[in-house]
Order: sequence, then C-alpha cells, then structure tokens
Amino acid sequence: MTEILNIAHLNIALKKEPTRLLVKDVAFQLSAGKTTCIVGESGSGKSLTALTVMGLLSQQLLATGQVLFNGVDLTTLNNKEMQSIRGAQIGMIFQEPMTSLNPVLTVGYQIGEVLSAHKGLKGEALALKVGQLLTQVGISADRANSYPDELSGGQRQRVMVAMSIACEPALLIADEPTTALDVTVQAQILTLLDELKNRMQMAMLFITHDFGVVSDIADDVIVMFRGEIVEAGSKEQVLGNPQHPYTKALLDCVPDVAGKKTLKPIDYAWLNQNKVAG
Amino acid sequence: MMIASNNMILEAKHLVKEYKQRSGRFGLGETVIKALDDVSISLKKGSTLAVVGESGSGKSTLARCLLQLHPFNSGEVLFHGQSLGKLDTAALRHARKNLQMVFQDPFASLNPRMRIGDIVGEGLLVHDLGNANERLKKVQEMLERVGLKPEDVSKYPHQFSGGQRQRIGIARALVLEPEVVVCDEPVSALDVSVQAQILLLLKRLQAEMQLSYVFITHDLRVVRHIADEIVVMNKGKIVEQGEVNTIYQSPQQSYTRDLLKAIPGQQ
Repeated sequence: MTEILNIAHLNIALKKEPTRLLVKDVAFQLSAGKTTCIVGESGSGKSLTALTVMGLLSQQLLATGQVLFNGVDLTTLNNKEMQSIRGAQIGMIFQEPMTSLNPVLTVGYQIGEVLSAHKGLKGEALALKVGQLLTQVGISADRANSYPDELSGGQRQRVMVAMSIACEPALLIADEPTTALDVTVQAQILTLLDELKNRMQMAMLFITHDFGVVSDIADDVIVMFRGEIVEAGSKEQVLGNPQHPYTKALLDCVPDVAGKKTLKPIDYAWLNQNKVAG
Repeated sequence: MMIASNNMILEAKHLVKEYKQRSGRFGLGETVIKALDDVSISLKKGSTLAVVGESGSGKSTLARCLLQLHPFNSGEVLFHGQSLGKLDTAALRHARKNLQMVFQDPFASLNPRMRIGDIVGEGLLVHDLGNANERLKKVQEMLERVGLKPEDVSKYPHQFSGGQRQRIGIARALVLEPEVVVCDEPVSALDVSVQAQILLLLKRLQAEMQLSYVFITHDLRVVRHIADEIVVMNKGKIVEQGEVNTIYQSPQQSYTRDLLKAIPGQQ
C-alpha cells in the first residue's frame, strides 16, 4: 500500500499562547485507496488537523511537527509552493455547498478555474474537461452554464466534488461534506465519493461527527478528544470493540435506528477524574 | 373552557398554506407553491408526535402554522377542541401560554443583548404572572430544572455553549408551564454527545410536566428514541403516518422506505 500522508508529532497552538496546545502530538498515516474518518466533538481539533494539511491554518495559529505528503514536508513550504500542491495534488470539499461557490460565476467557470490554474487548460480542451467532470459526478454537461442558485443543494455539493477531483489529487480532504444535506442526498454523495476514491485510488480524509456516516464510508477511524487522538484503528475495531473510555462514551450517545439502545450522555466529570485526556 | 371529547390535545385539520414565488424572466411570472397541502395531524395528550421530511417538505411551515405564527389559506388548528383561528387577540395570547416553541438554532434564537433572566422571564412578564421576585424565583427554578445554575440569570447568551443555550431555549419555553411544546429541530445543530443530553432532558421534562411534544426533525434515528407517533411529509403532503414502531418495521409507502434506507450506518 502506498503511503500518501504521514503526520507525526503535530502540535497546534495560538501564537499568543504557545503553551496551551489545541492539537497535541497527533500522528497518523493515510494510504492510497483508503478512507480514514476523523470523529470528535466540536473543539476536538479535527478541523484544525485537516486545515494544517491543506496549509489553510489561520495566521494566528502555529503548527509544528511533520506533515509528510508524498515525501515532502508541507510545513516547510512557502505559500507559493503550497499553492501548487493545494487544489492539484490535495483536493478539498467543505461543509457548506451554499457558501463555498461564488454566486455570480457559472459552475462551469468555477470548475474550469482549477484546471486553468494548475493544468493550463484553455478553450475547447477546458470546456471538454469541465463537461467530463460534471458527467462524472452525475450532472449533465450542459449544466456548466448554470449559476449556483439554479442548482439544488445536492447538485452544488456534486459541483464541489467535481472541483476537488478536477486535477486527480492523490489526497482528498472532506470536512463534513454531507452535514448540511438531506439523508437521501447524503447517501448519494457518500456513494459518489466512495466510487471516485476507488476509481482514482485517492487517499480520503473524511471529517465527520456522524457515526452512521463513519460506518458507511470508513476503512479506518481516528477518534479525537480535546486535541488528542484517543483511539485509532480499523472501523471494525473502533466501532465494534472500542477500547478507550471516551470512544465508548461517545458511541453510547449515538441513537440507533432500531431504537433499542439506551442513550447515555458522556460523563465528563468521570473522564476528568480518570484523566483520560486533555 | 371547552372540554375535549377525546384525548387529542392539538389537532390540525386540512391545513393548506400556499406561497407565491416570483418566477420566469425578471421574476414577472408567479408560481404558487403549496407548502402544506391538506395536512391533518393529531397530537395525543402526553405523547410525542414526530414530523419528519427533507428540506422543502413543509415540516417547519407546519410547526409555525400550528402555533398561528404563520397565516394559512384554509383549514383549522384545534387546541382542546377549540379552533385557534376563531379566537380574538386576547384569547389567542392566553392560549399561547400553553403552546410554546423550542427553536433549532441556539445561537440565533437568543437575543445577545438580553440577560438569561430576562430571556427566560419574558414570557412571565408578557402574561403578567407574579411580581418581580416571584418571576425571578420561577426563572431560577426553571434554570435548575434544565441543568443550569440559578446565578446564570445575570449572564448573557455568549457566555454559554451550544448545548447550554439550547437548555436556555427549553427553559424559556417551559417556564410558562405549557401543555404543548413544538420543537423545531432542537438537536440538529448540536454534537452527538450534547444531542443525547438534550434528548434525555426533553424526555425527563415531558414526564415531570406532562408535556405533549410536536417534534420536527429530519433525523430518523432521533425519532426512534423520542417519538410515539410519526408523520412523514414530502412536498407539502403527508405521505404516511402512524405509530413509530409500526412504520419503521413495515413502511407502506415507497418514499418512507427510501428515507429509512438512506439512514447512514445500517449494515
């Protein structure tokens, strides 16, 4: 299995307050053709970790450690070098398909921007490739001339997917890509992402707080709590036989479709007392 | 006071709500959208009725029409067998004491410039219940009941987390001791750990205060844990309704089956 990303000793802190770590000693690897889900509550550091890989961390934050992408340490790159990787070798999909697209440009133009910036495509060739990408994500090619407001939420997210895979990235980072969507649309987008990942043999880093989604799409699962990875392993292992008390507590909060299990809120006082993390 | 002939506390009969939307070139045309198309539901006293559907199904419009927050084209809403539409302003205000709402977004639904004591106590003030001291005592009791501290009355919304704000929203709805609470996606914006806390809180308060809930949601996993009956909506129409377990075990309509099949995480 080809290793695509290798993160080690990643620490993130506010520049003003370097001793208080928001992400603490995070380490994991991603391989081609595999989906890894990061789960955790808000504030657990899952989005900060993803933003670091994309080189989009806020100026007020400082990341230290090693982020090896195809052997290159991303933390050592300057803005210009990072730009040539971001969008080309690392694709991204964000949560809100409504706000991530520019309302005054056609979706075809917006998909084309990625291709002209990174591949230098122009004219006929560009239009052809944009059409192909739209077809690939299940939208008819003639919708290239549509504006975002003429598309449904699910279609807009498909456009975002088309943009993110336009340059056939080795790594795709999806930050809660289906949270804002209806369940039936969510199911379609998850299937689409899974197919694309298999066909293009991408490594996928998928951030979510929905355990249902995790069990549908993940190969591996990383559980984060207060900036630390508390448990990581294969999906079967983490969901089926969780070892860490926090993972167990988090799974006890998840309502099941059968309605058989008794919901139990997390006992933070107990977690604090037993110093499980943070 | 009219005595209801059955144990239905809130009923909607043949509700129709139409929106006009500008369409066509330069928005000169007009399309009529039926947000509610002949919708009838009934809520049993002390039970929870979940209304589920995807965006645009009309579930939130229904919530607002039930509480007379939206005018509707035809149909009626009966509370204890009495039509709310026939009440005058004063009588409707009196009825509203018993019909409260919990909103989806705990960040947008609390006025950032008001203290928690004033937010929760506003209903008591509007309905002229008790003097200042009695109101404060009531607000503090209610805050404790939802898991907050009495001294929180002097704080502002930004000093609380999302889950705590939702508790404040619940306290605001319940301080008037209503009979019916309409919850519009009360846990959708919350982390799963906080969601579990709020669901359990709502269940406990229902038992303690004999509340009846209309629970609007798009999450079918949550429904199974909170509701007794379910109404499935699509494009303004009721597709299917009945007892939760029956519908989950043997959905009759293909739309309901599709919805159930789309729930993530069922191998």
